[in-house]
Amino acid sequence: MAPEPYSPGELMVAAAAREIRDGEVVFVGMRLPLLAFCLARATHAPRAVGLFENGVVRDSPAREFLVTMSDGPNVTGALWCTEMREVMGLLQGGRVDLGFIGGAQIDRFGNLNTTYVGPAGRGTRLPGSGGGADIACLSRRHVIIMAHERRRFVERVDYVTSPGHGDGGSWRRRIGLPGGGPAAVITTLGVFRFDAETRELVLASTHPGVAVEAVRAETGWPLAAAAEVEATPRPTPTELAIVRGFDPEGFWTRGRG
Amino acid sequence: MSKVFSLPEAIRRYVPDGASVCLGTALECLIPFAAAHEVIRQGRRDLTLIGPISDVCFDQLIAAGCVRRVVAAWVGNVQYGTGYGFRRAVEAGVPRPLEVEDHSNLTIALGLEAAGLGVPYLPTRSLLGSDILARSPRLRAAPCPFTGEPLVLVPALVPDVAILHVQRADPDGTGQAWGPTGVTAAAGKASRAVIVVCEELVEPAVVRDDPNRTLVPGFRVDAVVHLPWGAHPSPVQGQYNRDHAIYAEYHRRTASAEGARAWLDEWVRDVPDHAGYLAKLGPARLAGLRPRASRLAAPVDYGS
Repeated sequence: MAPEPYSPGELMVAAAAREIRDGEVVFVGMRLPLLAFCLARATHAPRAVGLFENGVVRDSPAREFLVTMSDGPNVTGALWCTEMREVMGLLQGGRVDLGFIGGAQIDRFGNLNTTYVGPAGRGTRLPGSGGGADIACLSRRHVIIMAHERRRFVERVDYVTSPGHGDGGSWRRRIGLPGGGPAAVITTLGVFRFDAETRELVLASTHPGVAVEAVRAETGWPLAAAAEVEATPRPTPTELAIVRGFDPEGFWTRGRG
Repeated sequence: MSKVFSLPEAIRRYVPDGASVCLGTALECLIPFAAAHEVIRQGRRDLTLIGPISDVCFDQLIAAGCVRRVVAAWVGNVQYGTGYGFRRAVEAGVPRPLEVEDHSNLTIALGLEAAGLGVPYLPTRSLLGSDILARSPRLRAAPCPFTGEPLVLVPALVPDVAILHVQRADPDGTGQAWGPTGVTAAAGKASRAVIVVCEELVEPAVVRDDPNRTLVPGFRVDAVVHLPWGAHPSPVQGQYNRDHAIYAEYHRRTASAEGARAWLDEWVRDVPDHAGYLAKLGPARLAGLRPRASRLAAPVDYGS
């Protein structure tokens, strides 16, 4: 039987969900990470707790589709609704195991830009950090989810909105950042980890049908790859059913999200 | 003197040209869109906007030419990312140039908390190594005087006025909100003046029966505006859900400066007031946004 078709977004959600361990406290955010949190809770991580920067803390997924974290269904049945300083305090206090962020531009050490792309005065203004920089600085580890294109994967980002591993090695410790930094990057082409010494991005797996060379072609520096690059697992029919339950119209996973 | 004002009167009194205005304090919910639209209708100029994430509210004020400077963590359309009004102002100075002071959500919160606590700054470990810090005119890196650890000092942010949307308030302005509140309580403490916009104007006894629910006490509030649906299209827990279609239409129609002007004319400038806006939306659309079921909390006993 042919495997069930899935979208790149659905595959990324399944990959992101696998980054969540049971019992972890997760700074969730919107879009694909929100769906990943819902999927993880419904499968292997039923005791995961989700924090949102608006002040919502949930230990159960919302029961309806969400466009924003402040939509009514994300509040109904929450564990805690409070001010931002409380959830950010938990983050800065080292109580958050994992955070998710997205980016427009990334470099070989996992630094992210969501502020300004291009030469000063002639570039593109992006919305900015939101809570992204806080999650990148303060989570015990974080995972980045983004589209993989050569113009986005650059040797050095134009603006460091959310610090990754800086210029590599022990940069974060030197700078005084408490969080562990990016642990993985999940893109439309593959999954990446960071070298334990140099902290450079390393290709760990490619998605089904994607060649390592195709990933290199879309990456703006000589990309390191694991000795054995694996294949990212396809989302299972169960995973797809759960994701589609939380995103019935495919707004985030099959549309523009 | 009564603090209860009409929306136009509250904006006229407390949001002058050149004011720094904090709004959108609960992030994607409880956004005082009606107040922002009134600011646009009154043609306010040279405002400084302060807030974490404003959804399209800041984008509308910027596109309308009301804003000189924005102090924020994120400006755009939460549903679609890009805010075209913000982009045009920064990239092309259209309809007028915009200064941007970039923050993260936490540094906006800390700036307001510092002002609320009456201290010149609060420290954080966030933003170390970022260009938000490196290029900021106000944030400063400094070692901890006790341990020598690197810290970022966030100076107090003191808005001239905060516009806070809440579910209910009494005529003295004591405001109560539920659901996530972002930096609402902090903004209420930090700002020189406070306008509370409420869905329900209740008797004084109602807020006193549940004092833990209070986000801003009446003695900090200058104006109370009773304005049901005043946060539409953003959601208000227990009152109405988010009207996603408005954000979609705004995104679609404002990609060009002409489109943005037409949208602002149609939905803001050519609408006489909030009642006119609600009439334009129509009762059926509004009814469709009401919660399908209420979910009442168990009462708590404040008896003594």
